[in-house]
Amino acid sequence: MYKIGLFIPCFMNELYPKASMDTLKILESFGLEVEYPMEQTCCGQPQANTGCAKETSILAKRFLEIFKKYDYIVAPSGSCVSMVRYNYKQFLEGLDGFEHIQKNTYELIEFIHDIVKPEKLNVSFPHKVGIHNSCHGHRELGLASMSEKNVEPFSKIKDILDMVDGITFSKLERNDECCGFGGTFAITEEAMSIAMGKARIQDHIDAGSEYITGVDMSCLMHMQGLIDREKLPIKTIYIAQILSKGLK
Amino acid sequence: MSNIGHPEAASKFASDIKRMKWHDKALWFVRKKRDLQSHSVKEWEELRKIADKIKTHTLSRLDFYLREFEKNAKANNIEVHWAKDANEHNKIVLDILQKQGAKKLVKSKSMLTEECQLNPFLEKNGIEVVDTDLGERIVQLRHEPPSHIVLPAIHLKKEDVGTTFEEFLHTQKGNSDPTYLTHAARKHLREKFLASDASLTGVNFAISQTGGIVVCTNEGNADLGASLPKLHIACMGIEKIIPKLEDLAIFTRLLARSATGQPITTYTSHYHSPQRDGEMHIVIVDNGRSKILANDKYIKSLQCIRCGACINTCPIYRRSGGYSYGYIIPGPIGSTLGASHDIEKNYTLPFACSLCASCTNICPVKVDLHEQLYLHRQDVVDAGLLDKTKYKALKIATWIMKYPLIMDISGKIARKIVPLLPRSIVYSKYNIWGKNRELPKFPKNSFKELYKARKK
Repeated sequence: MYKIGLFIPCFMNELYPKASMDTLKILESFGLEVEYPMEQTCCGQPQANTGCAKETSILAKRFLEIFKKYDYIVAPSGSCVSMVRYNYKQFLEGLDGFEHIQKNTYELIEFIHDIVKPEKLNVSFPHKVGIHNSCHGHRELGLASMSEKNVEPFSKIKDILDMVDGITFSKLERNDECCGFGGTFAITEEAMSIAMGKARIQDHIDAGSEYITGVDMSCLMHMQGLIDREKLPIKTIYIAQILSKGLK
Repeated sequence: MSNIGHPEAASKFASDIKRMKWHDKALWFVRKKRDLQSHSVKEWEELRKIADKIKTHTLSRLDFYLREFEKNAKANNIEVHWAKDANEHNKIVLDILQKQGAKKLVKSKSMLTEECQLNPFLEKNGIEVVDTDLGERIVQLRHEPPSHIVLPAIHLKKEDVGTTFEEFLHTQKGNSDPTYLTHAARKHLREKFLASDASLTGVNFAISQTGGIVVCTNEGNADLGASLPKLHIACMGIEKIIPKLEDLAIFTRLLARSATGQPITTYTSHYHSPQRDGEMHIVIVDNGRSKILANDKYIKSLQCIRCGACINTCPIYRRSGGYSYGYIIPGPIGSTLGASHDIEKNYTLPFACSLCASCTNICPVKVDLHEQLYLHRQDVVDAGLLDKTKYKALKIATWIMKYPLIMDISGKIARKIVPLLPRSIVYSKYNIWGKNRELPKFPKNSFKELYKARKK
């Protein structure tokens, strides 16, 4: 039996304990052995996306040391996983265990879809849901077919959500446009971030989504912040919170 | 062009919400047309792969292919000139014109001459320069640079064009009917074509094997220019080379579909020699390109065929407009080229990007655009150009993140104190997040605390 190291993104640990706990519960519900190593902090993505290579390197090395002993590393975030899989190379190439963590770090839904492969889920969520294809999970991890490419349509996220009873999906005008979170982009390019976020939410409202769901809490945090400020008739929900309904 | 950074210029553009949304929609319409076309070609992804391979290969032996091109072009009676920078390029063009006593130049679209600032240089030296692409002519009359590399006047509405033509072409007041305005432009441009002494075109592809060039336009203006006066000058960057004629088909299948969602441009014109009793010159320009060629991180930006697909798909370009970049080429490709060209001047451009990667995946020749912008950010930091406050904040965050205990305590304090503070303090002007967004509700416990409690 393999052992999973649970990586909870730093801001989720501090701000979204319930969504994080739901992630753990789902993994455990499959009978998997999951451990949350206490010394973890941050993968270094804010530093990396701001160009601070020296600082990123420190955090990437920490991540490697903490997580290399696990068979799999699972995280409730497409962008943190993408950081490990695609951006760590510059800092960790050649170090012991790097190839292992690069190959075996998964986003939660990706892990359920590709590794756990459940046949059914005993969950019900009788609501119309709009999927937010957050960019790093979508275009870097390849969780679903992207609109730019001429490939057969697929979505690992939808495959998993399809196992939820009563769920229906909204049809968006722009299926995979960025919401404008973008990490420090949300601050650096505040005006653009806000305009992009509002456009994304409006698309969901027009399509009749009751909930916007996705694999990145950060995008949802940004959109929920706009929804709360503008008092818009829609909610966000992290995908693990749908999948863990009824789990103890 | 503005001297302020992208965030400020973008914010200004986006403050006219109606116009910003209109601009976004206009470009999204082009993006959707492109999707329809690219999805109708079964082997689209295969074409991208081949195009990438041809360009990668060509760049790996660029010196060879350039010399071959020069040799074959000369054999076709074309004169070939080499320019190491914008200055040399402009002087060469002026020199050719002056030797022939040419005073009136008609130009078709060329981003290279925009890059080199050729028009003002020639005008200063007594040459009348007329841009003959309709969009280019509109912005030229308005004394504006193009705001897009394929759609130079995309920032303007038909009413704006109407008032511009009223002023310069004396069209009817208040008439902004596109057909009427196009006819007026056509009549005006015909007169310019007929009176011209020389023409200048850009180059979409220069074929090493044949020594000829290919120019793609929708308006036929390059053809008219290159056929009427006896003197034709074509200007190209060193990266425009492709090895063989048969390679061309790959690129012509990708170019117009990616650019405007057309199966092919209306005119795909091949120029292989001067016209009878005429002269043809090709000016090959480096202007910083060999510096990029020598840089593994950014070399792929030289593969660009200037289709503009990355610009149309960029959610930031669509909402900030071409001028917000302050560089002659906007959008993702402009941001990487601009940063390579002059990092000090263009240091905000690598950050004018949410790293959504749509550009990289739409690019017909697979330029790794968002990865380049990610790497340019490190150059910004290395050059000491990152905002000091931001850098300090990230350094402190990194230090905290090295020590889980300190991080836990900081988190706990924040979760305890922030909910107690009055709104006016939490949402002070220093809270940029909170300017237009609410913060999430701070929970009582962190996940780590819940996890520990659960384990007991």
